[in-house]
Amino acid sequence: MSIIEIKNLEAVIDTEESNTQILKGLNLTINAGEVHAIMGPNGSGKSTLSKVLAGHPDYRITKGEVIFQGKNLLDLDPDERANSGLFLAFQYPVEIPGVNNLNFLRMAYNSKMKFNNQEEMDPLDFDDFIEEKLNILKMKPEFLERNLNEGFSGGEKKKNEILQLLTLNPSLAILDETDSGLDIDALRVVSEGINAYRNKNNAVLLITHYQRLLDYVEPDYVHVLSGGKIIKTGDKTLALELEKEGYAIV
Amino acid sequence: MSNTQNNLEKLQNQKYKYGFTSDIETESFPKGLSEDVIRKISSIKNEPKFMTDFRLKAYKQFLDMEAPTWANVDFPKIDMQEIIYYSAPKTKISKDSLDEVDPEILKTYSKLGIPIEEQMRLEGIAVDAIFDSVSVANTHKKALAEIGIIFCSISEAIQEHPELVKKYIGTVIPSSDNYFATLNSAVFSDGTFVYIPPNTKCPLELSTNFRINTEGSGQFERTLIICDENSYVSYLEGCTAPAFDTNQLHAANVELIVMKNAEIKYSTVQNWYAGDENGKGGIYNFVTKRAICQGDNSKVSWTQVETGSAITWKYPSCILKGDNSIGEFYSVALTNNLQQADTGTKMIHLGKNTKSTIVSKGISAGRSDNTYRGLVKIGPNAANARNYTQCDSMLIGSKCSANTTPYIEVSNNTANIEHEASTSKISEDQLFYLNQRGISTEDAISTIISGFCKDVFKELPGEFAAEANQLMALKLENSVG
Ligand SMILES: Nc1ncnc2c1ncn2[C@@H]1O[C@H](COP(=O)(O)OP(=O)(O)OP(=O)(O)O)[C@@H](O)[C@H]1O
Ligand SMILES: [Mg+2]
Repeated sequence: MSIIEIKNLEAVIDTEESNTQILKGLNLTINAGEVHAIMGPNGSGKSTLSKVLAGHPDYRITKGEVIFQGKNLLDLDPDERANSGLFLAFQYPVEIPGVNNLNFLRMAYNSKMKFNNQEEMDPLDFDDFIEEKLNILKMKPEFLERNLNEGFSGGEKKKNEILQLLTLNPSLAILDETDSGLDIDALRVVSEGINAYRNKNNAVLLITHYQRLLDYVEPDYVHVLSGGKIIKTGDKTLALELEKEGYAIV
Repeated sequence: MSNTQNNLEKLQNQKYKYGFTSDIETESFPKGLSEDVIRKISSIKNEPKFMTDFRLKAYKQFLDMEAPTWANVDFPKIDMQEIIYYSAPKTKISKDSLDEVDPEILKTYSKLGIPIEEQMRLEGIAVDAIFDSVSVANTHKKALAEIGIIFCSISEAIQEHPELVKKYIGTVIPSSDNYFATLNSAVFSDGTFVYIPPNTKCPLELSTNFRINTEGSGQFERTLIICDENSYVSYLEGCTAPAFDTNQLHAANVELIVMKNAEIKYSTVQNWYAGDENGKGGIYNFVTKRAICQGDNSKVSWTQVETGSAITWKYPSCILKGDNSIGEFYSVALTNNLQQADTGTKMIHLGKNTKSTIVSKGISAGRSDNTYRGLVKIGPNAANARNYTQCDSMLIGSKCSANTTPYIEVSNNTANIEHEASTSKISEDQLFYLNQRGISTEDAISTIISGFCKDVFKELPGEFAAEANQLMALKLENSVG
C-alpha cells in the first residue's frame, strides 16, 4: 500500500525576493513499511521538497500531484496535512520563546486527536505518555519545562524533533538532516528513536548527507536528488558508493 | 502575497464580543459641563462640603487647561460640552443584597462573564460592579467588614468614611495634575474605595467591573485604595462597553497609598470597545493611575493587560518615597485595526535603596500604533536606586507600528539603570512550524503571543492569567474557521 505518491512535481519559490523554480518534475512513491533515503548536493532541493510536501507558504506548485494515503495532499492546509499523518522534522527547528515545551507537545497531540475525532488526552495521562517517549530518547524531564527550542543546542533541537515524532506517531516521517549536529551517542539514541517509531504501516523519508545514520536506520531505497529531480535510485549500497566517490558518479 | 500573510490579515478582523447594549432605564443629565452640572452631581450624591469644594476647585483649574498633545495619539478635539456627565440606572440600588438590583443589569454582567450572583457565593473574589456612573452591586462586603476592611463604592465611602476620603483623596494625584485627571476630579461619578487596616492580609481578591452602557456618556471613575502598615491587598479591575459608532470618553483616576511594609498588587484587564475595523467608534481611555509607596519597605505592583479602547493613554506610576520601597510595572498592550495606544509608566525614586522593574510587551496588528513611553527618575536622595526596564514589541503584519520612548533622569550617581528593548515579528517559519505540528494558524498565533506575554501574565492573579490568554486569542481571532 502506498503512503505517498509524488507525480511529476514542479514547484517555484514564491516570495517577494525570489521566483525561482526548484523542483523540476520529481517522482517518488513510498510504500508502507519502507525507509527511503534522499541524498544530494547542497542546494539541490531536498529541504524544498520536504517543505513543499508539508505545505510551506513560500512555495507554489506549478505542476504535478501528490497523493497521500488516498487524499490529494496539495488541497490540504499545512495543519491538515500534519493532522492527516505527515510529519516533518526540520533541518533548522525554530525557537518559540515563552511557549512551554510540554504544553506545546500536548497541544499538538490533542490537535491531532481532535482532527481525527478521537478523545483528547488530559494533562496527567499525557505526563505518563510523554515520560515513556523521553526515556526512549534518554532525554531529561527538564526539557519539558523549557521553552520550545529556546536556547536549545543544535543537537538538543534535533532530539526534540524526534520526541515530537514519537509523540505524534505519523504515517509518514520526513526527517530533514536530523543526523546533522548530533554527537556520536546522540546519533545512536536518535536512530533508536526512529526505529522505535517504525512499523509496517508507516514509512520514513530520510534526507541526509552521510552514511552513518543509514548504518542504524537501514534504507530500502536510496535516491539522489539533483537539479530538482531524482536522477538516480538504488539500494543501500548506493549510499556507500556515494560516500566513497562523491556525486561525480551519478 | 503568501498565504500566511493572508491568514494574518483575516485574523486581525475579529468582532467585539461585549458590544451589546442593555435595555435598562437610566436617569441621565443633559449633555454638557458647567459649574451647575458639578454642583448637581455633588448634590444628587448628597456629598459633604469638602467634596463639593474639591470638585469646584478642580473645575476652575480645568477651565484654564488644554488637552495634552505630546502623546503619540491622534484624534479630533473632544468637545467637553457633548458629553453626558452623569448616567445611572433608575432602579433602586442596593449594596448588600442583589434582590433589588435590576435583573437586566445582572444579566448584563453575566453576559460579560461576570455572574455577580455567583460571585456572592464564590470564595476568593469580592466584586464591585460599576454600571455607567454608579456602583450597582458589591459582594462580600459584610465578611470583609468583620476584619476591618472597607470595600465599597467611593460614593458610599464619602458618606460613611468621610474622614478617610478627605485625608487621602487628591494626595497622590493633585486636582491640578493634568487635563484629564483634573476633569475627573471635577466630575467623577463613582468608583471604588478600599481601606485595609494595619496587619491585615486581605483574604479575597478584590475586583471591580466597569461597564459603560449609555451612548454619549462619559465614565469618570475614581478609585482610592489605602493599604495600611504590614498589610496586603490584591485588586483587579475589568472594563467593557457596548459598541457605539461615536467615541466615548473614559477618564479615570486611580490613587494607591501604601504604608510601611505594606503591598498593593493592582491588576487591570482592559477590554473597552475598540471601534470597528475602520476606526469608527470606540472608547477614548485617558487614565491617570498613580501609587505612592509612602512607608519604608512598601511595594506596589501594577499589572495591566490593555486590549481594548480606540485610544489608550495611560501611565500607571509609582512614587517610591519610602526607603527600600519597590515599584513594578508589568504591561501587555495589544492594538489592532486602527487602535492607538500610548502607555507606559513613571518610576519616581525618592527614597534610598528603592527598586523598580518595568516589563512592557507591546503587540501591534492591523494599522495600529503602539507606543511605550516610560520615565525613570532618580532623585538626589535616592542612593543606590535600581531600575530594570525591558520593552519588547511584536509586530503582526506590515502596516502597524511600535515605538519605544524611554526617558531617564538621574540626580544621584549611585543609581543603577538597565534598559533592554527588542522588536520582533511573528515569523512565517514559527507559524509554519506550529502548523506542521497540527496546530491551526489561529491557535498558533495565540500560542506565540502568549509565549511573548508570559512574563507579564504570570504576574496576574491565578484564574485571570488564563482569562488574559483567552482574551488575547479572542482579540486576534479569525472570523472564519
Ligand atoms: N525561501 C527561499 N528563498 C530563496 N531561495 C530559496 C528559498 N528556499 C530555497 N531556496 C533556494 O533553493 C535551492 C534549494 O534549497 P534547499 O534548501 O531545498 O536545498 P537542500 O537540497 O536542502 O540543500 P542542503 O543540503 O544545503 O540543505 C537553494 O539554491 C536555495 O538557496
Ligand atoms: Mg536542506
